[in-house]
Amino acid sequence: MISQHLPILQIVVPLLAAPLCVLLRQRHAVWAFALGVCWASFGVALALLLRVMNDGPLVYELGGWAAPWGIVYRLDPLGGIVLLIVSGVAALVLVFAPRVLDQEIPADKHYLFFAAFLLCMTGLLGITITGDIFNVFVFLEISSLSAYVLISMGADRRALLAAYRYLVMGTIGSTFILIGIGLAYMMTGTLNMADLAARLGDVHETRTIRAAFAFLTVGVSIKLALFPLHVWLPNAYTYAPSMVTAFLAATATKVSCYLLLRLVFTVFGVPLVFDEMRLAAVFMPLALMAIFVASTVAIFQTNVKRLLAYSSVAQIGYLVLAFGFASQAGVTACVIHLFNHALMKGALFLALGCVAFRIGSVDLEDLRGLGRRMPWIAALIVIGGLNLIGVPLTAGFISKWYLVMAALEQREYWPVAVAMLFSSLLAVAYVWRIVEVLYMQPPRPSDLQSDQREAPVPLSMVAPTTVMTLGTVVLGVYPTFTVQVAQRAAEFLLGVAA
Amino acid sequence: MTPESALTAAVFLPLLGALVISTLGQWPNLRECVTLLVAGGLLAVVSTLVGPVISGERPEVDLITAIEGLPIGFKAEPLGMLYALVASTLWIATSVYAIGYMRGHGESNQTRFYTCFAIAIAAAQGIALARNVFTLFLFYEVLTFSTYPLVTHHGDEKARRAGRVYLGILLTTSIGFLLLATIWTWQLAGTLEFTPGGILAGHASPTLVGVLLGLFAFGSGKAALMPLHRWLPAAMVAPTPVSALLHAVAVVKAGVFTITKIVVYVFGLDLLRDTGANIWLGYVAAFTLLTASLVAMTKDNLKERLAYSTISQLAYVVLGAALANVWSVIGAAMHVAMHAMGKITLFFCAGAIYVKTHKTQVSQLDGLGRQMPLTMLAFGVGAVSVIGLPPLGGAWSKWFLALGAAESHHLVLLAALMISSLLNIAYLMPIAIRAFFVPVPSTAGIEPAADGAEGGETAAGDGAEGETRAMATGWQEAPWLCVLPLCATAIGCVVLFFGADVIYELLLPMFPGEGALP
Repeated sequence: MISQHLPILQIVVPLLAAPLCVLLRQRHAVWAFALGVCWASFGVALALLLRVMNDGPLVYELGGWAAPWGIVYRLDPLGGIVLLIVSGVAALVLVFAPRVLDQEIPADKHYLFFAAFLLCMTGLLGITITGDIFNVFVFLEISSLSAYVLISMGADRRALLAAYRYLVMGTIGSTFILIGIGLAYMMTGTLNMADLAARLGDVHETRTIRAAFAFLTVGVSIKLALFPLHVWLPNAYTYAPSMVTAFLAATATKVSCYLLLRLVFTVFGVPLVFDEMRLAAVFMPLALMAIFVASTVAIFQTNVKRLLAYSSVAQIGYLVLAFGFASQAGVTACVIHLFNHALMKGALFLALGCVAFRIGSVDLEDLRGLGRRMPWIAALIVIGGLNLIGVPLTAGFISKWYLVMAALEQREYWPVAVAMLFSSLLAVAYVWRIVEVLYMQPPRPSDLQSDQREAPVPLSMVAPTTVMTLGTVVLGVYPTFTVQVAQRAAEFLLGVAA
Repeated sequence: MTPESALTAAVFLPLLGALVISTLGQWPNLRECVTLLVAGGLLAVVSTLVGPVISGERPEVDLITAIEGLPIGFKAEPLGMLYALVASTLWIATSVYAIGYMRGHGESNQTRFYTCFAIAIAAAQGIALARNVFTLFLFYEVLTFSTYPLVTHHGDEKARRAGRVYLGILLTTSIGFLLLATIWTWQLAGTLEFTPGGILAGHASPTLVGVLLGLFAFGSGKAALMPLHRWLPAAMVAPTPVSALLHAVAVVKAGVFTITKIVVYVFGLDLLRDTGANIWLGYVAAFTLLTASLVAMTKDNLKERLAYSTISQLAYVVLGAALANVWSVIGAAMHVAMHAMGKITLFFCAGAIYVKTHKTQVSQLDGLGRQMPLTMLAFGVGAVSVIGLPPLGGAWSKWFLALGAAESHHLVLLAALMISSLLNIAYLMPIAIRAFFVPVPSTAGIEPAADGAEGGETAAGDGAEGETRAMATGWQEAPWLCVLPLCATAIGCVVLFFGADVIYELLLPMFPGEGALP
């Protein structure tokens, strides 16, 4: 039965499709092929999520080799939802792709782009599904290397520098993770996460394990862009091609957050991480600083892509904050925000892609009067912004509700709840800068003239943007799906750790 | 129509109206027709709920249960009914007035204006009929965002700055305090349902009750308690129908309504009185109502003076809620209706004066009563009602508020109420008196307004002022679409005086088991 092999298909199909793209070469054919692969991945991810939601975690042994010898794929609701985010965003972004690529990337490089894109997606999916910690490193490298390539394809030459800086930072991060894995292997003799978790109990007081944990945490934090290790992110997001920004913003940091949750709750366990290593004492202040510093910096940006990039750094702060509560409510909130933020940031960056396609810039200066020139896209940007603030009836509000709930649940964290709510006001400030420019500054006459000449944004770009934006509204009004999945994910994650 | 479907329709009818209105930008007459039709339909729908609520029914309906135990749903109860009625009645008057004002004034972006207006009304209905704090908060925020384009209607630098103050204060308070208090209450009580007698009893220490009350009271930034009142004068840059919406129909009333509803149905009067957590709020309200009255006296700009008057009158409602006894709460709820009717008249008059003569300062109004007698007469009626003298509606609410203050034995607060009423006379009456009894200043003169001569049925003047001012003695009212609503609301102030027993009967079932009139 093919349905038994869905976990491996999730990885193998895009992995093999990537080199096929290079063979196909013809750009329309490559696009159609990649699109098919991504939607197939999305279908598989959906089927897998439904299965783990109904039947509980599933284990798949590669080639029939059992755990200590072979590699094992292991999926629980947390992994399921992350798979869905990655493949779903990839599928929508590829619908968005062809017209914007024509504008941003030379036609003879399209096949390379799609190959790198599929590899990146494979890497991200692989990190999520695998139950083997060395396999995590392999997939992390696959996704990172292809991400560097994707970012460097940006039309602006500064994209090269941004990609290079990301490369340096990312490589340090990967190396730290590898060192951490090596130290853990040295003490336990296993790379399987479940085995690791079982054997760490005997040796968790050794300095080696603590060092392993420290290396892993710092490495993942770099990938996660946790303040102050976020410096690679704003430039990378700003100068990457529009659709790459949308894809990476929605998925890459989310997968890193997944990895953090997995390492802490499944592998190392709450007693070691929060009681002995006191990770919360380090992460909570950093997360709060991320929220306040990055939001404040965002207010003063003039490039909207960069503004949203700093907003992402702030939102990662919320994720880490929720993670730091180390409670079921906290993990639930973290997963809910993970999903919602992927959706809202993806939607916003796609909308910016539409803007860049039409007017060739995303500087605030050039967006004046856009509410009149591109009313629909401007409205979508506003909805996305309301999500970032956390206005009721948007997904952002649901995130905020559960985040504050989780903070108030532990009495001593009530100042954190207050800080979280007041930090939304910084989001109001940076979102409203955009809104005022869009609606309350008249368009320049020269822009209005050029509007008459230029073709409108094609439906293939508007449709995915609309779907994602309206998705945030639907999940804001009716969040049952996200909440249920997140609660199940938290149950399994903490159940294993306990 | 069953009460359940009426509940849903009360929120969705204006929303549907907004949708239709937004597509009719090409046909202004049709668009305004739709506005009026929907407004009339809404009042009809809300009216069908009054009978069942008075007879003790509490119809309820759930739309969505997104989060376990926190449905988005509606429930009709006396307090909310009253607010829903006020908002839907005054929407009709404001719509008629807005047509006269916006056209007489040649405003741009009128489709956006009417669309946002309808959404704001839908939000007000949602607030009024919310069955739990969660639903109330949702619509409270919808109201904030739907009124933002109205406040910044002119889109210039001044409007933008006012918009920042407006959003800044309202969002800071609602996200920082109201949402926090809501989630905290949910954590403590495990429910957010509005329940007679409250839900917090036994779940919170007296200190915590005080903290929560503070969060709720200041979280409802729309109630404009000092020091969070700055947004209201700032929002004066908006067109006058918007000021009417802010001050009378929906926005500020949403704030004080929220406080009152939460005091009655979340804390419960007994809990507040027993813990004594309410008294400090009473003093904050008393401070606000006195200070705002004093500030109002110093303002020469008519709309600004009215804005501070509103701040002061809102504090009456908060004071009533804070005293937490039956009479004070009935007075507070009644004051929502009475003040709405009076203040909307005053704003309509201010707008009519502006449309006709472009005058904005109180000191410019000398002798205007001869030129615009209907407007200034209505202004006088509205002013007396806001002051609280019979035979106008405002008398009753202040009566009950004073009764409540006396019953709670806080004589300082009672004194504050009385002194503030005197101050009301001092800053409102001179406007009407100047218009009628002070002669037109000979140096300035009144230049007859160039635009819109349709209002001037040039009647013969009495000639007492001499022939040099003959121009000023002719009737030169604003467009009749502006004058008609302000006359109607002025008459409404009188009607409310004689019809107050209906409101009283509607409100009394809020307190099952409490006594009747003393």
